[in-house]
Amino acid sequence: MDFWFSEMHTHNVKMSIRVEKQLFSGQSDFQRIDVFESAEFGRFLTSDGSVIFSEADEFTYDEMIVHVPMAVHPNVRKVLVIGGGDGGVARELSYYTEIEEIDVVEPDELFVKVCQEFFPDNARGLDDPRVKLHYRDGLRFLRGKHDEYDLIINDSTDPLGHTAGLFTKEFYGSCYKALHDDGIMVYQHGSPFFDEDEDACRAMHRKAYKSFPISRVYQAHIPTCPSGYWLFGFASKKYHPLRDFNAVRWRERGLKTWYYTTNLHMGAFMLPKYVEDLLEEEEHRV
Amino acid sequence: MNLEKQKSAPVYEALERFRRQRVVPFDVPGHKRGRGNPELVKLLGEQCVSLDVNSMKPLDNLCHPVSVIMDAEQLAAEAFGAAHAYFMVGGTTSAVQSMVLTACKYGDKIIMPRNVHRSAINALVLCGAEPVYVDPDVDAHIGIALGMEIADVEQAIREHPEATAVFVNNPTYYGICSDLRSIVKLAHEHGMMVLVDEAHGTHLSFHEGLPVSAMEAGADMAAISMHKSGGSLTQSSLLLLNENVNTRYVEQVINLTQTTSASYLLLSSLDISRRNLALRGRESFEKVRQMAEYAREEINSIGGYYAYGKDLVNGSSIYDFDVTKLSVYTRDIGLTGIEVYDLLRDEYDIQIEFGDFGNILAYISIGDRIQDIERLVGALEDIKRLYSKPVSKLHNAEYITPIVAATPQKAFYSEKELIPIRETPGRICGEFVMCYPPGIPILAPGEMVTDEIVDYILFAKEKGCSMQGPEDGTLERLNVLV
Repeated sequence: MDFWFSEMHTHNVKMSIRVEKQLFSGQSDFQRIDVFESAEFGRFLTSDGSVIFSEADEFTYDEMIVHVPMAVHPNVRKVLVIGGGDGGVARELSYYTEIEEIDVVEPDELFVKVCQEFFPDNARGLDDPRVKLHYRDGLRFLRGKHDEYDLIINDSTDPLGHTAGLFTKEFYGSCYKALHDDGIMVYQHGSPFFDEDEDACRAMHRKAYKSFPISRVYQAHIPTCPSGYWLFGFASKKYHPLRDFNAVRWRERGLKTWYYTTNLHMGAFMLPKYVEDLLEEEEHRV
Repeated sequence: MNLEKQKSAPVYEALERFRRQRVVPFDVPGHKRGRGNPELVKLLGEQCVSLDVNSMKPLDNLCHPVSVIMDAEQLAAEAFGAAHAYFMVGGTTSAVQSMVLTACKYGDKIIMPRNVHRSAINALVLCGAEPVYVDPDVDAHIGIALGMEIADVEQAIREHPEATAVFVNNPTYYGICSDLRSIVKLAHEHGMMVLVDEAHGTHLSFHEGLPVSAMEAGADMAAISMHKSGGSLTQSSLLLLNENVNTRYVEQVINLTQTTSASYLLLSSLDISRRNLALRGRESFEKVRQMAEYAREEINSIGGYYAYGKDLVNGSSIYDFDVTKLSVYTRDIGLTGIEVYDLLRDEYDIQIEFGDFGNILAYISIGDRIQDIERLVGALEDIKRLYSKPVSKLHNAEYITPIVAATPQKAFYSEKELIPIRETPGRICGEFVMCYPPGIPILAPGEMVTDEIVDYILFAKEKGCSMQGPEDGTLERLNVLV
């Protein structure tokens, strides 16, 4: 049987994964969710036809979005994860004993249910007693929050789909307000390679750069992302991702990782020239 | 309304039948199902251009409907509780003008509120009727024009018993409704027709919790912007008639200015939208109502903004309020509505309907989702945090009573001269001056220019309103009658 899942990365580029079988398909108020079993990527989940994560490469993403800020901020007690309904980010956070509270805000109950059923290794992150799961809209949850969090992780991936509200100036503004004076926000920054994605990537940097005194971008290799190349944003009120990075302290924790290392932390902020250029262009437009 | 009958869409079904027949076109349009214009096909899609066809026997003709268009219009009439409905392809402007041209001949008088849409005054230029303006009350706090008060209509009727019609905006852009039933009763007692510009009220006929619609209130004619809350394509509209209006005469009037090549894209969109409204309108507008109410609560809880609703109702100038409208007074955070409008677009990628001196209006419709409402509320909160200023005493959008010195038609066709605006007080204006949004005339052809009006125009211009109408777009000079 020749059964393939395909996702258009641009009008002219298609990524296809051979599928063993489809495990789930369902429609929520927010998105269509499908789960497939594949030989190459193991199980993977899609939202409205776009891959959100796969068993084979989800570690990259969850580690990079958690360990980078955690190795910089010296004292994280309270964390807000927006859109982390699969539990992967909460799982990585749960390895840090000094964290006292983790609020996970996910609007889509079906998404959580599907992840619990098909991705138990991610979803176990939500079982940690410090995690409080809120089925709310991210922007709505942030409204009225003031000076509450040390770290906010925006785990939403799609600046064009139903989570578009989490890639906006009002979102960055709300996060700024909800963070303590030394707070950090990290977020999905998309992929800069294809022309179609470049504008969204530029706009994100422009908005974050305007909203936070420190705004840097770092990278990772994630095979199921468009062009396999993915960026993250690091926006911060006080700590610089490299100057305030404490590698020794992080290594002493003895956490087991598959992607993140303290050397990679430094390297992830060293960007290709074309990416540096497009980010700088946006900074000058401010 | 017979729901079983409402499930059909005669124009749409005729187009489907026509498509399957694969008729070879040796008629207009010349793009021939798009083959002659591949770039257009790429932009609009094959399906869309293939529906752009000419009037012909199986598809009826809008100029004189006898089959599918007639059936579709009949269904629309039933859905809206009217005796007759006309599909309009020249926007609600054409529906408004058809109403005025039906009710007024040269030299007739028509009673209308000053805050009419320019299309109504343009109709007076066409037919030579004379406007009798009823001053709308202006809310002292939020600075918007309100509805028509019965006492004012009564007075206008007493002073001008020969007037042939009363024209009402209902609801206004902001959602303000007049006491339509009483206006109809009063006008009919004096043998006058009631014409309702219901451009912002397509939905009123489909939800019992909303203000009364023109047809239900017994008005004679109503212009309905199906493309606003009804979901049809831009430029498509409906003209509704109650009993006792001469349909033959209305048809003649419509055909004076209507195209003889009506677009089937527009006609089919009217047909399908009418079906949607009839079958699912109640449910959709319930959702819209809830979203608007939710947004109002959330915006009011930010503090500094005033999202108004039913609380404004006062039994006269605000007889009722259309709760699907989301208007917000912004001046208490020190920003004009125009400034908030610009910030939303430039900084937050949110396009709202308009901003005036004191208010913004966000249009909520069946196409909205709750997450978009959260964005709007989030953006307003962020604007307050980042851009709010000390509250200053700003110029309010005050209503200035016009002095009609000549009919719009006479002024429009008179010889005029262009002179510096500061020198125009005391002269008769020869053109429109409108502040967009919301498009209510500050000056119409035939009106006396005063110092107060000139001050207002210059202030609105400085505040960034788009000033439209005058020949000199910079508004340094104005056309006045010689």
